[in-house]
Amino acid sequence: MYVYDQYDQHIIEDRVRQFRDQTRRYLAGELSGEEFRPLRLQNGLYIQRYAPMLRVAVPYGLLSSRQLRKLAEIARNYDKGYAHISTRQNVQFNWPELEDVPDILAELATVQMHAIQTSGNCIRNTTTDQFAGVARDELIDPRPWCEIIRQWSTFHPEFAFLPRKFKIAVNGAVSDRAAIEVHDIGLEAVQNAAGELGFRVSVGGGLGRTPIVGSFINEFLPWKHLLTYLDAILRVYNRYGRRDNKFKARIKILVKALTPEVFAERVEAEWAHLKDGPATLTEAEVERVSRFFIDPAYKALEDQDAALAALDAEHPGFARWRSRNVVAHKKPGYAAVTLSLKPTGVAPGDITDKQLDAVAELADRYCFGEVRNSHEQNIILADVEQSQLFTLWNELRELGLAVPNVGLLTDMICCPGGDFCSLANAKSIPIAESIQRRFDDLDYLFDIGELDLNISGCMNACGHHHVGHIGILGVDKKGAEFYQVSLGGSAGRNASLGQILGPSFAQDAMPDVIEKIIAVYVERRSEDEQFLDTFRRIGLDPFKERVYAANH
Amino acid sequence: MQRIIKNDQVVDESWHLLPKDATLDGLSNCDDLIVPLALWREHAHALKARDGGLGVWLDADEQIEEIAEDLAHFKVIALNFPAFTDGRHYSSARLLRERYGYKDEIRAIGDVLRDQLFLMRRCGFDAFAVRADRDPYDALEGLKDFSVTYQAAADDPRPLFLRRG
Ligand code: SF4
Repeated sequence: MYVYDQYDQHIIEDRVRQFRDQTRRYLAGELSGEEFRPLRLQNGLYIQRYAPMLRVAVPYGLLSSRQLRKLAEIARNYDKGYAHISTRQNVQFNWPELEDVPDILAELATVQMHAIQTSGNCIRNTTTDQFAGVARDELIDPRPWCEIIRQWSTFHPEFAFLPRKFKIAVNGAVSDRAAIEVHDIGLEAVQNAAGELGFRVSVGGGLGRTPIVGSFINEFLPWKHLLTYLDAILRVYNRYGRRDNKFKARIKILVKALTPEVFAERVEAEWAHLKDGPATLTEAEVERVSRFFIDPAYKALEDQDAALAALDAEHPGFARWRSRNVVAHKKPGYAAVTLSLKPTGVAPGDITDKQLDAVAELADRYCFGEVRNSHEQNIILADVEQSQLFTLWNELRELGLAVPNVGLLTDMICCPGGDFCSLANAKSIPIAESIQRRFDDLDYLFDIGELDLNISGCMNACGHHHVGHIGILGVDKKGAEFYQVSLGGSAGRNASLGQILGPSFAQDAMPDVIEKIIAVYVERRSEDEQFLDTFRRIGLDPFKERVYAANH
Repeated sequence: MQRIIKNDQVVDESWHLLPKDATLDGLSNCDDLIVPLALWREHAHALKARDGGLGVWLDADEQIEEIAEDLAHFKVIALNFPAFTDGRHYSSARLLRERYGYKDEIRAIGDVLRDQLFLMRRCGFDAFAVRADRDPYDALEGLKDFSVTYQAAADDPRPLFLRRG
């Protein structure tokens, strides 16, 4: 992974000093609450329902074991002994004291971490595929490009006060695990016919109040122009994006108002001035950054299919876990393992300080000292030798991190919701839990198969409900907490947005509703058909009839 | 007398900033004036004929393209921030410096506060009329917030990757 040099380190240390002074001035009354707000948000600090929440940046999800141990220490010393993996691959602390935040940042800076631009109307953490660098279907490793974008976007002087938040995602594989089409900018690394590297550029995708799939405005942007082109897009947005209504301020509204074609022309016109300017990327820089992402010292191994199959036969639990939580690796003899942070009864994405320490230890022993966070709120050990899978599984079981539900219904994406978030219309964690409890039969879960169930506590869609195969949205109905259900969303390639099933439901009706939806799927599916495909084939009506029929 | 930050120092202000609805009536001939864009649009001729110094100010929704041809007439271009969270003029300042080659003073006016000065200077502002209820000497500290920067901007056309030792 990327390692800071003196320059990178200087910048985050300067930031700690700056934020310490801002906090001091706020506490001394020299900065009003209103003036401090954007400053603290740009440092990931929210004032939540019960306490501040600090969101720590995990650039494109990569963490070293040293960083994990620091996060564990912070969870112990400044929080209630746990941390939370967010849907943008970041880490959140829910209970720090405002006065302690500068000290927490100073601690983070010692392991090359920070909370820069994890919130606020600025360029946020760039996200990518959690299997970057190890996926079998990868064409181009997106991580060096994410790091280049990270540096470009960190304290970009022109774009610190955009109309609204701005999210960029990069994909380099055949499947799009980074959901680039629902980002403000989505970049897909591609090669042209001549074998040169470039990017397909999508703009104006996004979830939230007005969910929309992005439009591709450039089919091949040569790599060296990446930053000048991003500058051009951001400049057009910064100057012309709406600022009169925060619900219409995302770039997607501008792209839609102008039409993608006209927006693309504006970007081209702006870019014509910037292209080939001094911000043009150099081979030397790309090579410098890429050196941090070359393969670790893999051994020459063989795939262990027979040995693993024998273990499967002997240990059905292992077989189950392997079928859900272990994926193929580009190197023979290796595998990537997902640690599920979705056991029933724990808020999705939560992890204790002890687990963090233990994962660091596992990373050191099994995985070259590195892990990744996924936007599905799990943790991945990406480079595990197949011959060690069985011992690893046993260790993970003791830690409660081996629930074999990755990609299944109980592996939900869920925002913090009304238990923590002051913007929430409704709680989301108890909904997740009640559904997990209803579907606690593993055989049934496996039979249902691949299913993304995403829950957001309000329109802001932090839980990505629009792109869940089943999406649940907390709504306010005359002061009571209700839930709206949508079906058919998808975040992958050819992303689609869910369709609303009908009138919303009370909290205690939710497990029944989900059960009925699943029952329709199970009855109507053909052979190996996944939920999403069945839905696309039969449409909304059969689900609607079943769910609402019972109300009469 | 108001004091402003100019070239990293606090100095006495000698220019008069005219309000948005200012007219030619009773305009002094020899004072240094920063006039609103509308007045310049209507009365460029008369304003150029005065003896005093001339500057213009743009509100956040006014585009610098409107004065791109006239830059040689202005000793000061002031860009207004109705709220410090309105970032449009960061782009305007960069365009003035980097695209139009404007060399004279670019001044931030309006809701101008210490914590934004460093970024503003990077975009090409060299003068800051800090909000009247704040101490400009305190605001001066904001210019020292960072010692290293990543991007190309008006203050240095080379991004860090061309400067890394
Ligand atoms: S979706 Fe709404 S409730 Fe959930 S975390 Fe985001 S803002 Fe809060």
